Amino acid sequence: MTKDNEHIEQIVDNYDGDAGMLIPMMQDLQADCGYLQTEHLRCLSKRLGVPLSRIYAVATFYSSFRFTPKGAHEVTLCMGTVCYLKGAGQICEAITKEFRVEPGGTTHDRLFSFQAVNCVGACAVAPVMLVDGKYYENVTPASALEILHGLCPDEDTSEKESEA
Amino acid sequence: MTSFCDKRLNSPDELERVREDLSEHRNSDTKSVCVCIGPGCAAKGANRIYELFCEAVEQSGAQVKVKAKGVGCHGLCECGPIVIIQPGDIFYQRVEEPDVAEIFRETVLSDRIVERLLYEDPSTGKKVKSPNEIPFYKAQKRIALAYNGVIDPASIEDYIAAGGYTALPRALTSMTSEEIIAEVDVAGLRGRGGGGFPTARKWRSCRAAEGFPKYVICNGDEGDPGAFMDRAIMEGNPHSVLEGMIIGAYAIGSSQGYIYVRNEYPLSVERLKEAIKQARQWGFLGEDILGSSFSFDIRINRGGGAFVCGESTALMASLEGRPGEPRAKYIHTVESGLWGRPTNLNNVETWANVPAIINNGGEWFAKMGTEKSKGTKVFSLVGKITNTGLVEVPMGITLRQIVEEIGGGIPDGKSFKAVQTGGPSGGCIPAQHLDTRVDFDELTKLGSMMGSGGMIVMDEDTCMVNVAKYFTAFLQKESCGKCTPCREGLSQMLDILDRITDGEGKVGDIESLEVLAELLEGAALCALGKTAANPVLSTIRYFRDEYDAHILERHCPAKECRGLFRYEIDPETCKACGICLKNCPADAISGEKKVPHVINQEKCTLCGTCWEKCPFTAVLKV
Repeated sequence: MTKDNEHIEQIVDNYDGDAGMLIPMMQDLQADCGYLQTEHLRCLSKRLGVPLSRIYAVATFYSSFRFTPKGAHEVTLCMGTVCYLKGAGQICEAITKEFRVEPGGTTHDRLFSFQAVNCVGACAVAPVMLVDGKYYENVTPASALEILHGLCPDEDTSEKESEA
Repeated sequence: MTSFCDKRLNSPDELERVREDLSEHRNSDTKSVCVCIGPGCAAKGANRIYELFCEAVEQSGAQVKVKAKGVGCHGLCECGPIVIIQPGDIFYQRVEEPDVAEIFRETVLSDRIVERLLYEDPSTGKKVKSPNEIPFYKAQKRIALAYNGVIDPASIEDYIAAGGYTALPRALTSMTSEEIIAEVDVAGLRGRGGGGFPTARKWRSCRAAEGFPKYVICNGDEGDPGAFMDRAIMEGNPHSVLEGMIIGAYAIGSSQGYIYVRNEYPLSVERLKEAIKQARQWGFLGEDILGSSFSFDIRINRGGGAFVCGESTALMASLEGRPGEPRAKYIHTVESGLWGRPTNLNNVETWANVPAIINNGGEWFAKMGTEKSKGTKVFSLVGKITNTGLVEVPMGITLRQIVEEIGGGIPDGKSFKAVQTGGPSGGCIPAQHLDTRVDFDELTKLGSMMGSGGMIVMDEDTCMVNVAKYFTAFLQKESCGKCTPCREGLSQMLDILDRITDGEGKVGDIESLEVLAELLEGAALCALGKTAANPVLSTIRYFRDEYDAHILERHCPAKECRGLFRYEIDPETCKACGICLKNCPADAISGEKKVPHVINQEKCTLCGTCWEKCPFTAVLKV
């Protein structure tokens, strides 16, 4: 716990203890720990003098914050207009059916966390899916499933090539 | 690379000396290989190609000095990955990994062109060498995107050598704040983020407002689905945004700036961070910029994935660490914005236009465009169009020119149905209005809007009711929930649209939608809610027959809404191969060898597997 405290202290200090920087602080916290933990938020609340309820109000408002551990891989499906017109809805359905995971959730085996986002800004090659930051263009329901079936549970995500 | 500047520049003269050194160093015999690593090309593996070129450069040890650069989005994403060799402006498209060695050997080292990688003009069938000869680029005019695809976005030296940071010293040394604002006023620059508010008027009000400190904000929360203009600028030429902001801050009298970037754009954040760091090192940000007494700094904030934060007051709430809920704007943000101080917010593209206006003068800018919409506008031209990509066109160009000349029309022999502009706040413009000029006011008259620049082309296979439903669902999900008309109204509208596309629409549904739309427009708190009904209203206005077909005939004319059309096998085309039969999950297809197959409509679940799998396109939607 003290280690956690130090960690949060460090993050808060990076922003000079400015409570207005709550969002970036939580972003850093999530980047380090994978998700926002109750204990951490409680600690942050004390340190900043901001009520825990307000911290939750902010954290639950923005869709990028999560409260459960993420999977070994991060799968992001673009649901922007162009991707949608070109069949992203069917891809989403196929993934949900095959892996029993709703957008925003993580598979039971923690293989991957699945997010459906508004637009990743790569409309020219729609439909687009990202796996650990790597873009896959012109995805179809079949090719999406093939990519996801190829994911390995113990693979170190940090070594994955990150393209953007 | 050699560092040309290891200390802060303390005067415009020092900057000019550095610029001369830089140009000299980049003398004409240096070749450069520019690999586009914009989002489109990157998705097609351009980063690997860039690495391969870097390796080739390293290994060559040639006498010719060669530099490989990863550059921002060049525009013609359809033909990516794009590689351009300078000098010569040789444009290679669809470059794959094995092509790298050949390009390097032939073009870079021996000045020979690799014909097969050149672009082929579809109208003449001729191969063309440079981008200027490609119809996609011909009708464009590039200001905000001028250096995109030319400079290395991670190199401030590249930006300076190309003429960047010339407007800033000019503004600081030879112009007063009022003169700068007057120049922007003459240019007639209007906000590129969607609202189209005159930029100079905003700056002037903020300058005149009482209170200190004053803030300037760059809105990089490009939330409209189908739009990536701002992303391309932030990732392709971040310094142009910074330079615009510094000039704006000087004119307004601000000492602190913020850039609010979407969470989904990690590379934009990285590029801007790097650019800010460089600008601080070189003395374009910080205390006493270029030896003047003007001080200004910029901080980056990442969004949290909420569309509503593109709205100015919601964005400011988010910057203050609160939920991004908008407020009523009877007091303008230029008077009381971030932390209750005068705040001037402009969009990425607006800021990127400022240096060019200061360099070339407002009159130069105002010569382009229509009476009330000046300059150029960047659009992301996407959807059912041959040349998808990023385009910058002079205002006043017709939609037809964009779709047909630049975009190359609709692929696969399909016909054009509508073009959607303005994102979720915009509307769908049908074929009969294709000759409309691109202009803030003209597009609004048609029930759409300029918006931030998403331009999504739809063909005959797109169901317009479904499009309206998509945008309504999007906005319903993104509504912050603060005001009732938006929170509840959109839910009701979505409910009706859901029923219509499920084949359960009722007579009177269209009228109910119109009533709810009117309510939203009149009573919602912010622009998100006020304009939320535009996609529904514009589709009712131009495609009412499609709504009627769904409601009265239980039929989807575009054959997109499941359950409102059937699949049938054309006996003439069917080769009785058995693929559909084997793949049908409902065992609804019967047939034998050499006998055309038939779908049992009672068993069919309309999943579409047969339609997808048939190699002879014998399965038809009827």
